[in-house]
Amino acid sequence: MSFLSLLARNRLALAGLIVIGIVVLLALLTPWLPLKPPNVTDTSNRFQPIFSDGALLGTDHLGRDLLSRLMWGTRLSLAVGFAAALVAATLGAAIGIVAGYYGGRTDNIIMRGVDMLMAFPYILLALAIVAALGPGLLNALIAVAAVNIPFFARNIRGITVGIAHKEFVDAARLSGMSNTRIILSEILPNVIPVIVIAMSTTVGWMILETAGLSFLGLGSQPPVADLGSMLGEARSALITNPHTSVVPGVMILIIVMAINLLGDGVRDALDPRLKSGALNRPLPATMVARDRQPAPAQAEGILTLSDLQTQFHVKDKVYRAVGGVSLSVKPGECLGIIGESGSGKSVTALSVMGLVASPPGVIAGGSVRYQDQELIGAPYGTLRSLRGREVAYIFQDPLATLHPLYRVGDQLIEAIKCHRPIGRAEGRRKAIELLEAVRIPNASARIDDYPHEMSGGMRQRIGIAMALANDPEVIIADEPTTALDVTVQAQVLSLLDDLRRERGLAIVFITHDFGVVAQLCDRVAVMYAGRIVEEGATRAILDAPRHPYTARLMACVPELGGGKRRLEAIPGLPPVVSNLPEGCAFAERCTRVQGDCRKGEIPLENGVRCLHPVTYQEAPA
Amino acid sequence: MLRFILNPYILKRLISAVPVLLGISVIVFAIMALIPGDPATAILGSYATPENVAALNEDLGLDKPLVQQYFIWLGNMLQGDFGRSFALNRPVLDEVLERFNATLILAGTSFVLCSILGIIAGVVSAANQYGWADKAITFVVLLGISIPSFFLGMMMILTFAVNLRWFPASGMWPIYGSRDIWALIDHLAMPALALSVVATGVIARLSRSAMLEVLRQDFIRTARAKGVHERGVIWRHALRAAMVSIIPVLGVQAGFVLSGAVYIEVVFQWPGLGRMLVDAILRRDILLVQGGVVFVAACYVFFNIVVDVAQSYLDPRIKT
Repeated sequence: MSFLSLLARNRLALAGLIVIGIVVLLALLTPWLPLKPPNVTDTSNRFQPIFSDGALLGTDHLGRDLLSRLMWGTRLSLAVGFAAALVAATLGAAIGIVAGYYGGRTDNIIMRGVDMLMAFPYILLALAIVAALGPGLLNALIAVAAVNIPFFARNIRGITVGIAHKEFVDAARLSGMSNTRIILSEILPNVIPVIVIAMSTTVGWMILETAGLSFLGLGSQPPVADLGSMLGEARSALITNPHTSVVPGVMILIIVMAINLLGDGVRDALDPRLKSGALNRPLPATMVARDRQPAPAQAEGILTLSDLQTQFHVKDKVYRAVGGVSLSVKPGECLGIIGESGSGKSVTALSVMGLVASPPGVIAGGSVRYQDQELIGAPYGTLRSLRGREVAYIFQDPLATLHPLYRVGDQLIEAIKCHRPIGRAEGRRKAIELLEAVRIPNASARIDDYPHEMSGGMRQRIGIAMALANDPEVIIADEPTTALDVTVQAQVLSLLDDLRRERGLAIVFITHDFGVVAQLCDRVAVMYAGRIVEEGATRAILDAPRHPYTARLMACVPELGGGKRRLEAIPGLPPVVSNLPEGCAFAERCTRVQGDCRKGEIPLENGVRCLHPVTYQEAPA
Repeated sequence: MLRFILNPYILKRLISAVPVLLGISVIVFAIMALIPGDPATAILGSYATPENVAALNEDLGLDKPLVQQYFIWLGNMLQGDFGRSFALNRPVLDEVLERFNATLILAGTSFVLCSILGIIAGVVSAANQYGWADKAITFVVLLGISIPSFFLGMMMILTFAVNLRWFPASGMWPIYGSRDIWALIDHLAMPALALSVVATGVIARLSRSAMLEVLRQDFIRTARAKGVHERGVIWRHALRAAMVSIIPVLGVQAGFVLSGAVYIEVVFQWPGLGRMLVDAILRRDILLVQGGVVFVAACYVFFNIVVDVAQSYLDPRIKT
């Protein structure tokens, strides 16, 4: 989808390019076109209408041919606008490069001056300059260029500062190149694209501004006219002969609009974020593929995932982040999902309530049932009323996941208000209760803190309190302790464990840490490349992991008091989920791999997805 | 009130305005000092005798060195003496204040209009990214930032004043009849709208991209996970966070509206400062230009302080 819209944008840019190309070409050819002289008056033929004999666009208040004046005026306006842009870009870039390259005092003094110029309301400064130099087209050009210099200087300085400290510039300096040569041969080539973008987005403005000054009578002087002064002269006849105003006005509009379209296109084409879809707005709920096949429930539980498949569609590639996952959790039970980053565990969790960013996320198949309700493909209203009320989330890194500009108390109260009406005082009381429930000392004072005023551990507790706000049945915790130090981590874990016992919560706990799993989870599922490779009771798996991947993953965990055990990293990287190999996804990195591992679908049998599982007679002691 | 001013952040911003204001006065003075020829000749006309010119130069203090002239000028300004406009034969400050009043009404209304319309358009556009509303808004915005405001104003006069007779074509007050608020609104509607179009477009574009940036953040996902309705996600959570990057642009656009009023004042015969400046430039009434430019620039500097302070209240992370 984003690809199509990018194409549409570029098509608009192309249209802009064609229009401005034609206008520029006609303006260049004007002296050779069969036009009447633009400045010859013919008072007996004043105000001829459009399409009259011998004057295609009619005549003005002095009987001059409007078509001819329009073409000559366009020529002049374009020339002045482009010249102003070129002057502003050249001088601005020069100032910016010098300030950015030399830095220190030079930079300070120059940028102070630039800030002073920017303190003026834009057009006012241009007026002041014209006032000093006197009316005239050249002076208008100087004024418009001067006013735009600070903009270029500032932009280019920023880019130059970034480049001036790169290795290749240091290398050039060490090799004894002079500053001038470094600027010309190393800095300038890297800055020119930025200058071009800045020019393409401002040249439209500059044409408008010079037209404006001419319109006020401060630009081109009669009888020569650019588009602005044509409009200015026509103003007195606006009511009686509007066409003399419309003709130059529409021309300015066409030129500026074409340039803006082209400028937007250039900017978008060079903005990597647009291509990657990083500026796409995530929908309220993850998209569900129309041809999705719901799957029958394979297990009992309050929350059941059956053959869930979630994909990311980026351009023409399909990343199968979750490739058929079945899981279930019962009330009062804690299920751990463990895996390396990129194994699809978070996406699995987010798919439950349709929180996978979409685009590019798509739920392509399978089912998620809460009690007896199918969640995948459920209407947004149903999903929203379940979010937070029945199934609540705790996220990693609460500095990013809490709203930075609202007090934590208000965020808690809002969580309650989403699902039932609650008064101001009542909400506050309830919020303090929640903070106390997650063992935040001095709750009635901390409730008015902003997230940035709290420590990481405190923020994580706020995240947990928010999840508890509506007494949900299921909590999905996505690495809630990863950002915390070990003591705080232990506190948070025991807090979650207490809550589970007190309230009979079902917890799905996502982590990459076997230590955490051992402490909290009844059962554990190990994920690799979007699939579950091993599943079972925590104790059994910890004692005797059967999938080679689980075994290797556990070997990565240093054991406290376990003496000098070597920390073994798993060699190689997980496969890219857009291009999964046939057979076992772990085969490439597995030490027990055999020929049949790379053929066909390997089923999950007796809790392990492996043809040659580790057997415990031979397991290392 | 005193406690408000003594707030360290506000105090700091106020103090930092002093060098900016001095810089502005230097720039304006320098530009005016560049003027080729002799102001006294400009005032007296080319038929003046050399004696008269010399006498006036001495009168205006123009025979002194430039630096001294600057400090005299600055000192007088600080005491509220901006000099006399020779063309209008009245104190510059009186004329500027009177005209500024009209400009403030026009630009202020436009600023409110463009802020509200621009932000709403940007938010709606972002919330419906690539939908028909987004496409329609994007197109209108492109049209808005491409049309010269003076041309738009002329077309509005033609359509709504001449043909439809909905609004008066020009001026600030009716020639006959009472000067009440309704008469003012009647006269203000078209120029204020015409002036706000470009700024609305710029604000809408920026709001859209600021919103798209924010909507990808983790705390938006948190809000959704809580069960916040999508309306609340957009208008409460996302817009609140996006305002942090929208507010500074509002400050820039205020300057745009304030100075862009020049065109609109000319087109709609609005008795504002911009039109006064254009007339003064064409008449070479230097002191009036100087005074007007310094005055507006100073107002703009103070407005930007207000913007910064508003920003610090909106974003608790700024407060020190």
